[in-house]
Amino acid sequence: MKANTPAERLVNGIIKENPTFVLVLGMCPTLAVTTSAINGIGMGLTTTVVLAMSNLMISLLRKFIPDGVRMPAFIVVVASFVTIVQMLLQGFIPSLYSALGIYIPLIVVNCIILGRAEAYASKNPPIPSLFDGIGMGLGFTLSITCIGAVRELLGAGQIFGQQILPLAADGKMGYEPITIFILAPGAFFVLAMLAALQNKFKVGAAKRGIDPSEGCGCCSGCDSCNNTMCKGGKQA
Amino acid sequence: MKELLIILVSSAIVHNVVLSQFLGLCPFFGVSKKTETAVGMGGALVFVITLSSFVTGLIYKFILVPSGMEYLQTIVFILIIAALVQFVEMFLKKCVPSLYQALGVYLPLITTNCAVLGVALTNVQDEYNILQGTINGFATAVGFTISITLMAGIREKIQYNDIPEAFKGFPTVLLTAGLMAIAFFGFSGLI
Repeated sequence: MKANTPAERLVNGIIKENPTFVLVLGMCPTLAVTTSAINGIGMGLTTTVVLAMSNLMISLLRKFIPDGVRMPAFIVVVASFVTIVQMLLQGFIPSLYSALGIYIPLIVVNCIILGRAEAYASKNPPIPSLFDGIGMGLGFTLSITCIGAVRELLGAGQIFGQQILPLAADGKMGYEPITIFILAPGAFFVLAMLAALQNKFKVGAAKRGIDPSEGCGCCSGCDSCNNTMCKGGKQA
Repeated sequence: MKELLIILVSSAIVHNVVLSQFLGLCPFFGVSKKTETAVGMGGALVFVITLSSFVTGLIYKFILVPSGMEYLQTIVFILIIAALVQFVEMFLKKCVPSLYQALGVYLPLITTNCAVLGVALTNVQDEYNILQGTINGFATAVGFTISITLMAGIREKIQYNDIPEAFKGFPTVLLTAGLMAIAFFGFSGLI
């Protein structure tokens, strides 16, 4: 796939450079709002909108912003979009607004957004930047929805508010919810397990001679790249 | 007075900023390898958060509310915090070089620490006055210092333990944080 096309940017954001699992950015909202899958989706999509719009805006302005005041300028752009999104949510989806609470204005300091502005949007044309923002945002949405679903399933036996596991009631056999998973400690445990699984996968892949970060499936094969870490270090 | 004491205990221990509100996780995981650096980060944060909650409180009360521009709070607060951190850094460098030596490296990291903005926004949300807001900021930062120092102590102890390959590094830190969060849950009966 060619670099910097919209499709490549989307795939890159969702899988290759997934912000939560691969880049480990934006931990605060990842842990804080994932008490249920629906909150995860809400937070993820809100972040996606802000990320896409601010990437587009910063990319359009990239030739006008002097290098010395880059960071403050980015922060003002991001904060403006966050304020707009916050007011829209308050007006049209008040239930989500109250569920996410203080974490909506805190999107401003989410490192994914400033990270993408600095690493991508400030150096690339508007269209790829827009799709980079959408891809990253969707990758973030996907991961926090997964975490939210796991926590909701273990903590309440539900997914998206639907009862999946029948609860134990009046002497009948059923699932006893592990409440701690929707409380604060559960967030740390679920993320720890997911990170460990990812490590396990990476260790296993390294033993088989595949470097997962290179994504051998989508580039034109290992021979074309010069990464000597690839192929289990056989190539000296 | 009693009310202030309740804010102090509640923000520092019961609703601990890291372990129950999930704010400021990046430095909590990033700077907790050694106890000294953890204490340094905590000290810098106490300084900045106390000052910034005082200043944002003032600006909110005397500029934003009278002119009816409360909706601009996010933009205004983040700019105040960024400017304040710069100012504190320059002031310390010039006037208190010894303190600058100790805290200098942590100051630039603080601008993007969500705990600072989080406290400023909570102060507005909970309608604290300026004194209560400043106390809340101070207590939150003390709570952060307590938890990051404990975390660093634990990490120093478990550094050479034999743990499964997949759990090395980040997963172990997360598990430790989870166990600490359970321990801090015990404080919820205090208030």
